[in-house]
Amino acid sequence: MPSSRLWKTSSISAIALALALMAMAILVNLTPLQDLTWLRVLFGISALNFTLRAAVPLILGALSGILCERSGIINIGIEGMMLASAFAGFVAKTSTNHWPLGASLCFSVAVAMAIGGLMGAIHALFSIRFRMDQIISGTVIIILAAGISSYLYNRDAIAEGKFSSIPLPGLAGIPVIGPVLFDNPPLTYLALLLVVVVHIGLFYTRWGLRTRAVGEHPRAADTVGINVNRYRYVNTSLGGMMAGLAGAFLVLEAVGQFQEGMTAGRGFISLAAMIFGNWNPFGALGAAILFGYTQALQNELLLAGVTQVPRQFISMLPYIVTMIAVSGFVGRVRPPAAEGKIYETESST
Amino acid sequence: MRMSEFSRIFRAILIPLLALFAALLTGAVVMLLSGEDPLAAYSGLFQGAFGDGKAWSRTVRKMVPFILTGLSVAVAFKVGLFNIGASGQFVMGTILAVSVGINFPGLPMFLHLPLALMAGVVGGMIWGAIPGILKVYTGAHEVIVTIMLNYVAALFGGWTVYAGGTQGQTPGPLWDRTAGPISETPDVLASAQIPWLFGPPYRVHYGVFIALAMAVFIWWLIFKTPLGFEIRTVGQNMRAAHYAGIRVNFTLILTIALAGGLAGLAGAIETLGLNHKFAPEFGGAVGFDGITVALLGQTHPFGVILASFLFGALDGGAAKMQFESGVPADIIQIIQALVLAFVAAPLIIRTIFRLRHHPQEDMVSSLSTSWGGP
Repeated sequence: MPSSRLWKTSSISAIALALALMAMAILVNLTPLQDLTWLRVLFGISALNFTLRAAVPLILGALSGILCERSGIINIGIEGMMLASAFAGFVAKTSTNHWPLGASLCFSVAVAMAIGGLMGAIHALFSIRFRMDQIISGTVIIILAAGISSYLYNRDAIAEGKFSSIPLPGLAGIPVIGPVLFDNPPLTYLALLLVVVVHIGLFYTRWGLRTRAVGEHPRAADTVGINVNRYRYVNTSLGGMMAGLAGAFLVLEAVGQFQEGMTAGRGFISLAAMIFGNWNPFGALGAAILFGYTQALQNELLLAGVTQVPRQFISMLPYIVTMIAVSGFVGRVRPPAAEGKIYETESST
Repeated sequence: MRMSEFSRIFRAILIPLLALFAALLTGAVVMLLSGEDPLAAYSGLFQGAFGDGKAWSRTVRKMVPFILTGLSVAVAFKVGLFNIGASGQFVMGTILAVSVGINFPGLPMFLHLPLALMAGVVGGMIWGAIPGILKVYTGAHEVIVTIMLNYVAALFGGWTVYAGGTQGQTPGPLWDRTAGPISETPDVLASAQIPWLFGPPYRVHYGVFIALAMAVFIWWLIFKTPLGFEIRTVGQNMRAAHYAGIRVNFTLILTIALAGGLAGLAGAIETLGLNHKFAPEFGGAVGFDGITVALLGQTHPFGVILASFLFGALDGGAAKMQFESGVPADIIQIIQALVLAFVAAPLIIRTIFRLRHHPQEDMVSSLSTSWGGP
């Protein structure tokens, strides 16, 4: 794939904005600029920490979308997959509270990812085997996840303990970058690592080449002997596992408990991050950081006591930025060509 | 002729009925697996929905938002758009209807009430037109835009009734100054309230007739007018519609604005007829319910009425079911999701019940378009 197509405008602008944010943070924290209060509010270490925390579920959600959609399956059910697996992770954690903390947490992450993968497989089954409209299938997943998690939720259950930060020796000591990037809990590192893994997987392996072929031109892929629907099943299930990891992050690393409807639209914002990032892992990373930053901004402005702007309007920022992003005002995006279409082999029709 | 008409209607109703049956059955299995008694639950549900006058009043009253949001989603489907934004449009309709309803004291009811209802329609239409305009001029997918607008509407609604904060934040413009720290509007004036049919304890109001009239209106609009023909043509084949001289962009924007107006009217009626005020938590799940009702009703206005009756009963009976049998009312949401799944994939139902395939049943098989690029 030529690099001109790989790095479309929108993903470049997403990454550039994310880098600019980091540069501003370094300037503000290490130079006399830190005497200006409003700059400290906008670019302080705490704002950046909050940004990353808010961005992790969006990164994982966007990777989930990328894996599904690169193979041609639209997945708007990420929200539901996150919620269901957050709940599964919570149930696993509460029933293994007596285990050693590390084992219990790892087990819960595995359970959450398994449930996410299962939801992905159901979505693929609905869309491929039962030819359900992919957007409606995603809607079913969302409603089902909300219903099941409220139906089974036991309000007295308490998860004891959550993942804590692991400073990376050496790296965590770097000023500004260290405390922001290299002093995080494990799932945050994992999410950042997965961006690289998915990127390499998609663009430098046989599996990735075939996945993209299936998403762009299934008939051609079929002609050269690729099992189109098998790739779609596998990718959608993998995507579900990514959403599951996002759910695990919310329950086991960010909050420590389950709350009904705790995903609060993160699945949908991840979709926007995926589109903003032009179906590209690094583009999505940049977009997710940007969306995370709008959430951090809202938090920091509240902490700094800014009351002139009503807090509800600050909270609208991520959603409005998302609308601007999908409206393509920052550069054209191009989805996989065969997305949303049922593929039938010659013999089955 | 008569006979073929009858068999056509029978086929149209068969799949939704079987889907409902399969969903109730699966719901029973879920209850059994979680150690509950499905028979007690369903008998409680039936009691709560049809047991006495109050139950009937509740069921019929709950139909109103289902009919209107169902119509909203159905109309958008007709033009090929997927409106997940009914809950945002509902909230915007509520806010505008309440703004009119709490102001203008002294206005006679025959002016005040229609004015408040119209304000609701306008609020919903504005909120519906935005995704239409963005779709047409930038290619932004309506699913993402309508979902984002739901959150924006909820936050905006929260701001309008915000009671102010301890750090001196200004309260919202619609906040009831006598409500203390509670974030809600004052009650709408009596001249803007939709009268109740029978009076307390039956809270069913004349809004039911507005909703039914809208269903007939939409049926007439879609199937009996040139505009309806254009809407259906654009929905079936946008390119062919364009070459036939239909203003595709105009039709798309108008139709989704109309869909928004219906959801806005739902919000207005719920507020002016039932709650009489707006508080931030109103309107949460109506959007997804509207999708299920529209699909269960096969996106036909009269089908939407039947589906709303079922959903009104499910919703109306849920509280009684939880009280009588101890089964959490959330099971209703699971059943509704299953209904949606079975209706949207007739193939599942046909596989389970071994039905023969009829091509015209695949009405929603080609709904999803891609996210829209250049």
